[in-house]
Amino acid sequence: MTLEFLVASAIGVLVAGGIYMALRGRTFQVVLGLTLFSYAVNLFLFASGRLTVNRPPIWSKTVTEYADPLPQALVLTAIVITFGMTAFAVVLALRSFLETGSDQVDGDIVPCDDQQSDGNDTG
Amino acid sequence: MAIPLTLYTLVLLPFVAALLIAGIGGNARILHSGIAAAGSAIGLVLIVSAAARVIGGEEFAVAIAWVPAIGLEFSLMIDPLGLMFAGLILGIGLLVVIFGHFYLAEGEATGRFFASLMLFQGAMLGIVLAGNVLLLLIFWELTSLSSFLLIGFWRHKSEARKGARMALAVTGGGGLVLIAGMLLLGIVAGSFDLMTILASADVVQASPLYPVILILILIGCFTKSAQFPFHFWLPHAMAAPTPVSAYLHSATMVKAGVFLLARLWPVLSGTDLYTVIVTSVGLVTMTFGAFVALFRHDLKSILAYSTISQLGLLVMLLGFSIKMAAVAAVLHILNHAAFKAALFMTAGIVDHESGTRNIRRLGGLAKVMPITAIIATTAAAAMAGLPPLGGFISKEMMLYETLEISLFGLPWLVPVVATIAATLSVGYSLRLAWHLFFGTPRELQPYARAHDPGVGMWASPGVLVLLAVLMGLFPMLLAGTLVASVAGAVIGEPLPALDLSLWHGVNLALGMSVMAVAGGVLLLWRHKDLLRATASLLKPDANAMFHSLMAGADTVVRKFIVATHTPSLQRMVFATFSVVVLMVIEGAITGGGSLTGPREGLSASPISIVAWLLLIVATVAVVNDERHRFRVLVYISAIGLIIALAFVQFSAPDLALTQISVEVVTILLLLMALNLLPKAPPLLSSSPRKWRDGALACLGGLLVGGAAWAMLTRDPNDPISSYHLANSYSGGGGTNVVNVTLVDFRAFDTLGEIIVLGIAGIAIFALLDTTSRGSAGARLRTWQEDVLHSPESHPIMFVMSTRILLPLVLSAGIYMFLRGHNQPGGGFIAALVVAIAFLLQYLASGFDWTDARRRIGEHTMIAFGVLVAMVTGLGALIFDANFLATAFDYFTLPLIGEFELATAVLFDVGVFCVVFGAVMLALAQLSHISQRAARAHQAQLEEEKAEGSR
Repeated sequence: MTLEFLVASAIGVLVAGGIYMALRGRTFQVVLGLTLFSYAVNLFLFASGRLTVNRPPIWSKTVTEYADPLPQALVLTAIVITFGMTAFAVVLALRSFLETGSDQVDGDIVPCDDQQSDGNDTG
Repeated sequence: MAIPLTLYTLVLLPFVAALLIAGIGGNARILHSGIAAAGSAIGLVLIVSAAARVIGGEEFAVAIAWVPAIGLEFSLMIDPLGLMFAGLILGIGLLVVIFGHFYLAEGEATGRFFASLMLFQGAMLGIVLAGNVLLLLIFWELTSLSSFLLIGFWRHKSEARKGARMALAVTGGGGLVLIAGMLLLGIVAGSFDLMTILASADVVQASPLYPVILILILIGCFTKSAQFPFHFWLPHAMAAPTPVSAYLHSATMVKAGVFLLARLWPVLSGTDLYTVIVTSVGLVTMTFGAFVALFRHDLKSILAYSTISQLGLLVMLLGFSIKMAAVAAVLHILNHAAFKAALFMTAGIVDHESGTRNIRRLGGLAKVMPITAIIATTAAAAMAGLPPLGGFISKEMMLYETLEISLFGLPWLVPVVATIAATLSVGYSLRLAWHLFFGTPRELQPYARAHDPGVGMWASPGVLVLLAVLMGLFPMLLAGTLVASVAGAVIGEPLPALDLSLWHGVNLALGMSVMAVAGGVLLLWRHKDLLRATASLLKPDANAMFHSLMAGADTVVRKFIVATHTPSLQRMVFATFSVVVLMVIEGAITGGGSLTGPREGLSASPISIVAWLLLIVATVAVVNDERHRFRVLVYISAIGLIIALAFVQFSAPDLALTQISVEVVTILLLLMALNLLPKAPPLLSSSPRKWRDGALACLGGLLVGGAAWAMLTRDPNDPISSYHLANSYSGGGGTNVVNVTLVDFRAFDTLGEIIVLGIAGIAIFALLDTTSRGSAGARLRTWQEDVLHSPESHPIMFVMSTRILLPLVLSAGIYMFLRGHNQPGGGFIAALVVAIAFLLQYLASGFDWTDARRRIGEHTMIAFGVLVAMVTGLGALIFDANFLATAFDYFTLPLIGEFELATAVLFDVGVFCVVFGAVMLALAQLSHISQRAARAHQAQLEEEKAEGSR
């Protein structure tokens, strides 16, 4: 079994779990789905630099072969942004729960009313 | 002054004035109108000083590349046509500003008024001086927007809001159509440069796209110039203050359509299609507007319909595609601007001084307001086309030209209808003057009130009427050269000799004119009977049609939104994922090639297989155990940990550090949110839905996994990373290539990312800070604590150990920060580590204790961080380097030895501050909310206890 297979299959499993959770009906589950999905995306991005063992991209006069630093830099910021996004999603979910009393996102509880818009003083 | 500078100054001046006026604000009327007047006057002086050379045939153009890729240049040009319009815009603008200064009542928002007026003036100048059609379109839209502000100036009035909205919908909508037409025109002509377009009439008219271009552009012009059937917005725009009407609806906004027709005359006109459409639309509008104007009772409404009629006349003249007709149009533009602005102003005066604009309540005003009466009557005579006024000459020329044109093969059609329209316009002009100023007063109260205004108010219309008279008496002296050169600019070639005079001998046009005047007098005499006769006439109400159209569009859009934009997130996410999955399948099928590539794999150690198994099991557990929320968090953190280990394994120490610290913060965040979210969720999904979702999820996982596998088993295709590796030490001054990439090579990306993070933090604050109000606050107060707590909320061991830990973690954070340039670490990681140290204090010692000891607010941290990063980047510009390029050098100090100072460290300080601020803002706010809820709950419990003991 190769490391490549392990990484690829782990990405696949995380994506599957992420999609499934994102399709659940409550905010917290959707957030968990997003988290799983982000793990997969970050891993995928990272893997685009291919897998390298024991050659960290710390420059030295004596070393010629390094792991690809560019995907690493991209993924580093991506991880931090993922946190920002998760935090925002969580807080949005919390606020919407506090406003409406429901943490469901399947549209069954919150009625779809088109009466809300006003300022439409056609007359 | 050099012309290029003049051009830029001309266009920029009104905008600067608008900004100044808006900046002053407050209640300084004299300052507001003073700046506006000064701006217009300076512009006028500039135009006049350039006039001689422009009329002399010199053309001036300046250009600055703006978006060269799409052919957009900030290019301005001035030719006689632009000169005349600019003169009108500035001259009448100046008079309107003076008039408006005296017209507006005490306490009105003069700052807003004059700022919007100047904004509008700038936009209009932009249209007439633009040398690039894309730039022209930008200014075109700007006039729609600024006129919206002006028409809706009295925003407390419903009809003002409606009128403004209608004007925006019609002219803005027409503007969108115009954009399409202009883009096609530019594409066909091969350039967006106005001069090039004007010179490519052959190409354009031969193009199969010509009819489309023509119709699209004409719709744009007709909506702006209120041509039938788009005329209905103009009367409703009369809800604007009168100075606005005088400005927008006499000389400027509505003339923009006419201007564009004239501007594009060389390239569009001359074809049968053009002549038929433009002439008939103009003819219908002219007649229709004049007919309606005859039976209106509101002064401004009469003027609005008469404007529609006069604009129809101009459009018709341009539609003839005859050179002399273009001359007549140019002359009439001048005349109309003068008498119509004067009439609007006098209508405003009458309204101002008598309290009503209803002509049926007025009459005999000549006795009480003689000056106004003289001005208005003269202007009305010019509108009627009576000699010896300017209006007579242009109307005569118009009638003369109608004889040259044969529409639909009927040579008599245009002259006859035009004579009828002329008769009607004599009728409404005479009625306006007669019913207003002569005869007996119809009602006593407005008559008793009325009197002439101060000189400030009648000066502006007075000047305009004087011009109208002089235009009739000395047409060649006053306007001959101008009209000739403007007409030359319109038709794109020099004009044959021009003779403007009142008397052209006895000809058919004179006969038509005499008939029109006689008919007009007849109309005035029998006006009452006519009124009765037409009252029963069924009039299609354009206003009602507009509103039913809007309401219809509204309903359709609403239905569409309800149908597509369901409130179910699940359905939308499902649809999105399905589409993506289908696209990947499509790509996999059509892409060809084998799944597995030739690259040799690395063999996996037993430990990595165990870790992989753990990750799989944890993911399955998350999915399977979705109802036990706290347990799920444990699985999630296990997954995060394994991914961090994977980063360690695959030579990415920076990523491992980041992943682990983010994991801690994320889990803390989710824990806190869970505390507030509803517990023990009932099972929601039905079985079939679960199967369906499961199938999609498996398919998606398989595809992405497959893609990853295909990628990993192939060699990368010439990556750019070698550049980063090669230049990291020599160019960026650091050995940690990942960090150097973040703060130097790709610092711009990083800057964007910290800004996004900062915005997320502030948005979170905005979402949470307001939860104490409204229904959210109510729900928060009734929040039930349902998790068992340890009786000791702050265990002393935990408190003490975290306090000892704080300085240690802080030192570790600083160490990681400082070494980041050369060893794993850096701003991101250090910020996360330090944030965790502080969050631990919140956890251990409670919100109050920690928050009271906080010195710097998180908002400040975010702002400071972004600022530092930006300043560092801009600093590089001073040294002629690229934005965000870094500089570094090595220094030696006794005891410490050699060390390096790099500007990248400063940038990293910015990164540190933003990340730290955003993380702290999110978590501290969340814990603040929880704490508030818990406290409310506690208070409630105690209250109940007290009641129970009583």
